[in-house]
Amino acid sequence: MQLFRAFLLRLATTAVTLIGVAVIVFVVIRVVPGNPIAMMLPPGATEADIARLTAQYGLDKSIPAQFLIWCQGVVQGDFGTSITSNQPVLRLVLGRLPATLELSIMALVIAVVIGGAIALTGTRNRGTKVEAALDVGNGMALSVPDFLWGLVLILIFGVLWPVFHISGRVTPSLELPFTTDFYLFESVLRLRFDLWADIVSHMFMPALALAIPLAAIIGQLLKQSLKETMHLDYVTLARTKGYGENHVITREALPNAILPTLTLVGVQFTFLIGGTVIIERLFSYEGLGNMAIDAVINRDLPLIQGIVILFAAIFTAVNLIVDLSYALLNPRLRHGQ
Amino acid sequence: MASNSGTDGRSQIRRRVGLKLWLSAGWLGVLVLAALLAPWIAPQDPLAQDLFLGRLPPVWQQGAEPGFWLGTDSLGRDVLSRILYGARLALIVALVAGSLTCLIGASLGLMAGFLRGWVDVVISRAIDIWMAFPPVLFSILLIAVMGPGLVSIILAIVVIDWTRFARVVRAEAMAQGAMDYVASAQVAGRGRVSTMLTEILPNVLPTIVVLLTLEMGIAVIVEAILSFVNLSISTDDPTWGGMIAEGRTSIHQAWWVLIFPLVTLFLTVLSFSQLGEGLKDRFDPVLR
Repeated sequence: MQLFRAFLLRLATTAVTLIGVAVIVFVVIRVVPGNPIAMMLPPGATEADIARLTAQYGLDKSIPAQFLIWCQGVVQGDFGTSITSNQPVLRLVLGRLPATLELSIMALVIAVVIGGAIALTGTRNRGTKVEAALDVGNGMALSVPDFLWGLVLILIFGVLWPVFHISGRVTPSLELPFTTDFYLFESVLRLRFDLWADIVSHMFMPALALAIPLAAIIGQLLKQSLKETMHLDYVTLARTKGYGENHVITREALPNAILPTLTLVGVQFTFLIGGTVIIERLFSYEGLGNMAIDAVINRDLPLIQGIVILFAAIFTAVNLIVDLSYALLNPRLRHGQ
Repeated sequence: MASNSGTDGRSQIRRRVGLKLWLSAGWLGVLVLAALLAPWIAPQDPLAQDLFLGRLPPVWQQGAEPGFWLGTDSLGRDVLSRILYGARLALIVALVAGSLTCLIGASLGLMAGFLRGWVDVVISRAIDIWMAFPPVLFSILLIAVMGPGLVSIILAIVVIDWTRFARVVRAEAMAQGAMDYVASAQVAGRGRVSTMLTEILPNVLPTIVVLLTLEMGIAVIVEAILSFVNLSISTDDPTWGGMIAEGRTSIHQAWWVLIFPLVTLFLTVLSFSQLGEGLKDRFDPVLR
């Protein structure tokens, strides 16, 4: 019961956050000097043309009035119409969302695998040169953001040793039988492993760039909590029972050491999703972030608005899920202490 | 098994920290000198274009032209000179944007953490809202709104990154505020604000210095990202991000246009970050 009430409270603050984001974006993009309507019309357009189109997009009203109209639309699932492509914002955004989600989740998986491997190897070889080397590598990976890792990967695997694609989501000449925009997922379902391989080969570099800093964080934190757990009595007991070191680390210590890492991964995952904006640009990957930058450059107000709100919704949703799963996984919170 | 007991392990860590600190400080020192002396040490005019000298390789490669040490880009502009001049913008942004962000963020965090009450409620809620924005997109949006230029870049960084300081300083100030020495200062009749400035601030200062160092590295990256998407300052002026954007498009023809600014940027960001980490260890009373 207590947990349920906490959940409702959390839901309420999430709503407040989203409304706050909406208000800020709305105000910020409407103080833009220069009329976006004037920019989209050909040079010979008359004042009357500009006024008519401005009214059509509702930009002639006051900002609070525009906000109310926008909110009314959102409640009905209408996020407005993109100025540059003249299509519903919702459709455009939902068309790109799968690409970004697939990229983010792939990056998360890579980060967990690499980070987990670092932590386990470091714990297995604690106090040796191997651990010291891993620590140095970890420190570097942590210090440099995804944007730079992306460029480094482009140089190494795109130019020096070109084994992966470094731009786009899929080879343009390929015939795509997909009905959804979840290419990676659907290619597996349709057993088209040729397409799957092509998509992965496009995705791997941007995903790895996003994953490197997170992998380092996971590696560092998980190793630290593993080391602390290794000193506990029950682990010593398992040792005296004659279990090998590998069994002790993976079966005994790991389940108890994993919880603090899990919450951190949740928070860091939102940073990773935020990173897709520039990484998609860097790798010309056709996702939400790349579309967002184009929208900003073209001053496509309704589209910018829709994308930022969607990102904010994803961020808050991830945080909510993390808090919830933490409450469910942590016995102390579960029993309402 | 390495001996972890006593002074032995500690001095080992201290030596490693020292090396890290000196290497990072050394690189940043070289960079500051390069930025200051750029007009005198740059071998070429960073803006001079010469299409006959386009995409020259670095001097140790076949087909190079003497005087263009690291080669030229597609417009025939000297890569080395542009890196040197680009250091000016990068360091100005790091210094000014870093300090302003620090000042505003740390002040808000200090007030929220120590004064509590409605001040804390307002600031914490603002932090929550800010955390829901994708930072890169937010900065691009702000620049698009304010128009490109140095002032816009600095403002965008301050507006977005103040939460980094506010979050951490708030937590620290809260922890410090619960300690006995603060209570005794209050008993001695000090005012709230005076206690905050004379008792809490000095104790939070090491954390602030570490955060400031890290923020400078972040500011350099943000500037590079903004000039990468062509939203930093005017397109002619040399920026590392702009050079990288050019290098990205001509990567198969002229790798040197990408690699040299990239390495410079990489080392700079790494140095700020390692300096911050090193300072953190230095300030750590357990290691000292």
